[in-house]
Amino acid sequence: MHELKIKYQGKKMAPAFNAFHTFLFSPNDTTHGRGTHVKGADDLKRTMNTVIMALVPVLLFSMFNAGYQHYSAINGFPENFSLMEHFLTWDNFWIGIVKVLPLVVVSYGVGLLVEFIFAVIKGHEVEEGYLVTGMLVPLIVPVDTPLWMLSVAVVFGVVIGKEVFGGTGMNILNPALTIRAFLFFAYPTWMSGDKVWVHGARERAEQIADGLQADAISGETILGYLAQNKGAEMSSFYDTWDMFWGFVPGSVGETSAFLILLGGLFLVFSKIASWRIMVSAVLGSLVMGLIFNQVVDMGIVGETSTFYGLMGFEFWKHLLVGGLAFGIVYMATDPVTGSQTNRGKWIYGFLIGFISVMIRVFNPAYPEGVFLAILLMNVFAPTIDHYVVRGNIKRRMKRLKNAVILPKDSDSKKEELKAETV
Amino acid sequence: MALLSKKDTNLILDPLADNNPITIQVLGICSALAITAELKASVVMAISVMFVLGVGNVVISLLRNVIPSKIRIIVQLIVVAALVIIVDQVLKAFAYELSKTLAVFVGLIITNCIIMGRFEAFALANGPWRSFLDGIGNSLGYGVILVIVGFFRELLGSGTLFGYPVLGDPIVKTGLYATGYENNGFMIIPPAALIVVGIIIWVQRSKNPALVEEN
Repeated sequence: MHELKIKYQGKKMAPAFNAFHTFLFSPNDTTHGRGTHVKGADDLKRTMNTVIMALVPVLLFSMFNAGYQHYSAINGFPENFSLMEHFLTWDNFWIGIVKVLPLVVVSYGVGLLVEFIFAVIKGHEVEEGYLVTGMLVPLIVPVDTPLWMLSVAVVFGVVIGKEVFGGTGMNILNPALTIRAFLFFAYPTWMSGDKVWVHGARERAEQIADGLQADAISGETILGYLAQNKGAEMSSFYDTWDMFWGFVPGSVGETSAFLILLGGLFLVFSKIASWRIMVSAVLGSLVMGLIFNQVVDMGIVGETSTFYGLMGFEFWKHLLVGGLAFGIVYMATDPVTGSQTNRGKWIYGFLIGFISVMIRVFNPAYPEGVFLAILLMNVFAPTIDHYVVRGNIKRRMKRLKNAVILPKDSDSKKEELKAETV
Repeated sequence: MALLSKKDTNLILDPLADNNPITIQVLGICSALAITAELKASVVMAISVMFVLGVGNVVISLLRNVIPSKIRIIVQLIVVAALVIIVDQVLKAFAYELSKTLAVFVGLIITNCIIMGRFEAFALANGPWRSFLDGIGNSLGYGVILVIVGFFRELLGSGTLFGYPVLGDPIVKTGLYATGYENNGFMIIPPAALIVVGIIIWVQRSKNPALVEEN
């Protein structure tokens, strides 16, 4: 590979070979020892790999969960649930391998192909940005998403969401969410309803329509039940712990709040993701949830209202169900599309949580709004930063006006410095 | 003398590519976004604009020496409004269903920036024949983009062209649909037109870097 890289140096295909090279090896050309260079090991590749490491448990869990939901929907939920006996089984894992792994492979294959093509056309290096996107995408789509659909969406998301803006680091919108939004608007029947979240549900529905005598597989998500005011029916299937551990239907990787929490802690302690965004997003969703709970308690929204189910849902449980936790931990914290200033991060995160829960409750077609909320705030992040920076300048200008500027004395450097740094 | 001198030919050909009203001047975007979900509507819209702009340019050009410049905008508006009403009535009489689809956008040809733009920029300063060619050229440039956008949006969004199913039947699953293909609902909604127009602009400018603006 080293030789190939040198052989193709300066040729048109060079970026492609360079990319393979850096992906597989550590670079063989390093900065020479002379001169003063600070060499940090935390390059983009390291950052991306850390996020992927945080995603691996979620992926493994989702592979088991895909099988667990499939068999539970066919055979009924096990009476005395035991983790080893009913969840971590080869049968379950096999469904995961058959259904989830192809999503991952297609997402990476198509996405990296697009990146390579663009790198060769534009003659720049392939950036590592897609490594995380490619892992996020399979985790935020329903398990039965057709692979060609995913490919189309990935091409769209990478080209329109990222490459037109100049590639990794220049994008306004999170590419993974662009892909999800494209799928949602392009193929709504595959992205919502009660037939897409459990593997086999759609197939079974078609067979029944063709005259097969069998029970329909219902794979409604928790939010789906609530949106139809079927909270009681929902709680007969799933209790709060199921929601926390993640033994519920949903998009591939979004279900386990527990593993996402672990991943989030890992990202915070490795200083890859911003804890400010996570904390403020959690606060935002709690506040909005509390407001809705108050509205229900005051009796403004009665039991007959279409919003009753979701509005009356205890406010802290919003964090356990749907994609809220996943979105907050892995996607709101995207350093490129989020706010850059510390105060901006608080505002940005808070609004993501706040708007997510709001869309969740008020969207009649689809009881989930995390991806829409994050995309919306992606668009506003530069504006937030702009005002935060301007506010800071204003504050300091005021301070400067009130400050006593000490007479400049060329001998006392210290005082001069003081006046300048006020 | 040939019917079209070289200069005259350029009047028609320039707006088709290097001086396209939509992709280069970025005028008339609203209608390009609104009515291009179907190819048929795009074609009818293009023809309507061609009629209004071609005839309008000639009328303004003939009147250009008698219009007081203080009230020229009002005069232009009257001319456009009269022509648009003719188009609207013709559509209602002979293609009622289509005029339903186009709805308010036929009336809104009045506010199409291309028309006022050509009146102001060209017809007020040139003779009727050249103005006519300019009007035809610009509306052709507008129409070409409309048809391209309409083609992709209808094909990908509904699987039809001019209303005829070309990809098979989505309900009984014939043709391409038998393989699991589905229509792309995203292409039906107006934001898709914005993205398609954006891609056309992108392709055009990367083919001809001279069109790229300096920052």
